[in-house]
Amino acid sequence: MEVMIILVPLALALGLAGLVGFLWSLKSGQYEDLEGAAWRAIADDDQPAPPQPDAAPSRS
Amino acid sequence: MHVTRDFSHYVKDLGAGLKHIDLAVEGVSCAGCMAKIERGLSALPDVTLARVNLTDRRVALEWKQGTLDPAKFIDRLAELGYKAYPFEKASAEATEAEESRFLLRCLGVAAFATMNVMMLSIPVWSGNVSDMLPEQRDFFHWLSAVIALPAAAYAGQPFFRSAWLALKTGNVNMDVPICIGVILALCMSIVETFHHAEHAYFDAAIMLLTFLLVGRYLDQNMRRRTRAVAGNLAALKAETATKFIGADEISEVPVAAVRAGDLVLLRPGERCAVDGVVVEGRSEIDQSLITGETLYVPAEQGTAVYAGSLNISGTLRVRVSAAAEGTLLAEITRLLDNALQARSRYMRLADRASRLYAPVVHATAALTVLGWVLAGATWHDAIVTGIAVLIITCPCALGLAIPTVQTVASGAMFKSGVLLNAGDAIERLAEAEHVIFDKTGTLTLPELEVVNAAAIPADVFSVAGQLALSSHHPVAAAVAQAAKSRSPLMGAVEEPGQGVRAVVDGVELRLGRPSFCGAEALVAQNASVDPEASVVAFSRGDQTYLFSVRQGLRRDAAKIVAGLQRRGIKVEILSGDREAAVAAAAKALGVAEWRAGVTPADKIARIEELKRAGVKVMMVGDGMNDAPSLAAAHVSMSPISAAHLSQATADLVFLGRPLAPVLAAVDYARKALHLMRQNLWLAVLYNFLAVPLAISGVVTPLIAAAAMSGSSILVMLNALRARKVREEAASWK
Repeated sequence: MEVMIILVPLALALGLAGLVGFLWSLKSGQYEDLEGAAWRAIADDDQPAPPQPDAAPSRS
Repeated sequence: MHVTRDFSHYVKDLGAGLKHIDLAVEGVSCAGCMAKIERGLSALPDVTLARVNLTDRRVALEWKQGTLDPAKFIDRLAELGYKAYPFEKASAEATEAEESRFLLRCLGVAAFATMNVMMLSIPVWSGNVSDMLPEQRDFFHWLSAVIALPAAAYAGQPFFRSAWLALKTGNVNMDVPICIGVILALCMSIVETFHHAEHAYFDAAIMLLTFLLVGRYLDQNMRRRTRAVAGNLAALKAETATKFIGADEISEVPVAAVRAGDLVLLRPGERCAVDGVVVEGRSEIDQSLITGETLYVPAEQGTAVYAGSLNISGTLRVRVSAAAEGTLLAEITRLLDNALQARSRYMRLADRASRLYAPVVHATAALTVLGWVLAGATWHDAIVTGIAVLIITCPCALGLAIPTVQTVASGAMFKSGVLLNAGDAIERLAEAEHVIFDKTGTLTLPELEVVNAAAIPADVFSVAGQLALSSHHPVAAAVAQAAKSRSPLMGAVEEPGQGVRAVVDGVELRLGRPSFCGAEALVAQNASVDPEASVVAFSRGDQTYLFSVRQGLRRDAAKIVAGLQRRGIKVEILSGDREAAVAAAAKALGVAEWRAGVTPADKIARIEELKRAGVKVMMVGDGMNDAPSLAAAHVSMSPISAAHLSQATADLVFLGRPLAPVLAAVDYARKALHLMRQNLWLAVLYNFLAVPLAISGVVTPLIAAAAMSGSSILVMLNALRARKVREEAASWK
């Protein structure tokens, strides 16, 4: 049972890391625009410069 | 005169030479728009940030202080094909955003604690039936306590606060039994752990908080979203006024920057954004948004004008007066205040349920303790069993039953063009059994349309439409719209208060007053056919024609009224307009009950009369004169084109030209109420099964956890059904 000395703190530390990550993402405003975030994930962000607004995909 | 647009009211100074502005943008709907807007705006020099928020349909912009004028952003967005308006966050919205972030933080903490306590609980549950050493169990219990206690203290704040507020005013709400349950479960668990007992309920207490926070967050999020949309709509209505900043210099400013005593310019075809008195000029104004009266009222020096009036023919200078100075406005405000006070007495379904629930649960727990003591158990065992009853009955499913349905139903309503203004509107809407419609702007469209288009030769119609493009007069605009004209005639001259004229191929064309075009004879003839319509005459050489223009009914109005009647809802029309106009509309829609020339006080009197007879009234209206009756009714609805005051008062707002959202909202609300009740019964049924187990003292923490999550998931799944209404009911599709 000595393994618990490592496993329990490790499990708690991992859980805490998750919580800290969540609080950080909340604080940095990542939950402000859930709909937009969903779309941003699939948008191509590596468009060749200079930006050409008319070349952007049209509204669907 | 030189016009400038002044947006300094909306610009925030971020310090370090940076400026910030929020714009509400129309028509942003996908990733393409988002990328297009962000690239288009970032390409402007000095812009440091351009970020679209797709949920709220807004753009946040930051730029280096200097030569860049915020008006440039709006022009740029217009080039890209989007209409944008500067936007000011209402303070209520900022508070709600903060509240929602707080709930999410609580939810994060509670969820973390639940997962970790569960991780410790499962070995205990399995160890209790196998070979776990009591020391190990105690160690796991103490660890659970270290995680659960601070987490519950933090994440429970929303419930503790609300329960405290309710108790302080002598009320009981859903949060009171929740708090009692959670606190007792935690206290008992500590005592039990101290005595090396087998069972501790840390997991149940913290899991309960997690589930309830999910419900609370959903509820909050729904309210926040509708408020964001409502805020955008206010901005999209472009509430600006043309203010004199010098003797001859004018500037377009947001209404919020106009003070009493300022002088504003009101051009033909413009809607007045302020209340005031005409100091110079002569015109006709359309007060239909204020009084429901569709006849134009002459305006000259000394005439009072109200926000929402449409200026028709001449240019006016208006001295802005303080808000409630006008007699009409003061009267409406007084009626509105009275009605609002009366309305706050409605008790929500959830509160009604908890008022019944709390005493029953607490009595059951107390009786359990007493019963066990009388049956010879020790006080310790009896109290442990009593607390187990409280834990198992803690209204987990009950707390989720209503917010989940509301969230799903409001999402569905949103898609069919209905926005919720009030959180409990769905419940009240579902109970409506008598609908009172206002006519002007509600059953009819706010814009004018040409009614006798078929009687006019097509070539005449199109040339008249082209000529009409040169006029600001709303009636002329209706002609231009009906003729689908795009290219104005060259050299057209507008004669103020008379009309427009132009010479084409040596023939003079005139459009305007009948006297201006020499068409008085036609007017008398038309008046006998359609006495309600406004007329505009057109002459080409010596040929004369008359266009008859009026507000048309919404296209699907008759179908929707019939649909409401089929659902057993009585329909009635109360309008401030003239009798003949209302009678015609009522006849066209098949509405038997109607009254014309009704004042705001009369409307309220009628609603009160129905209320006394026990009828639940829904009021649908748009005018400022409807605002008090919107507040007085059991539930109310406004079209998006409504006066500011009415829209703020109404429980629901519907978008677009059709009337269909009214019926859709009723269908969704009825379905939602049905599901809410069903969910409450599911929760009761669960208690019915679980409570005997708890009373008999066989509930272990494992059973409590399984029952709690099982019932919560059941209720959530049932709520998803609110997305769809039955096909035969959905005749508005």
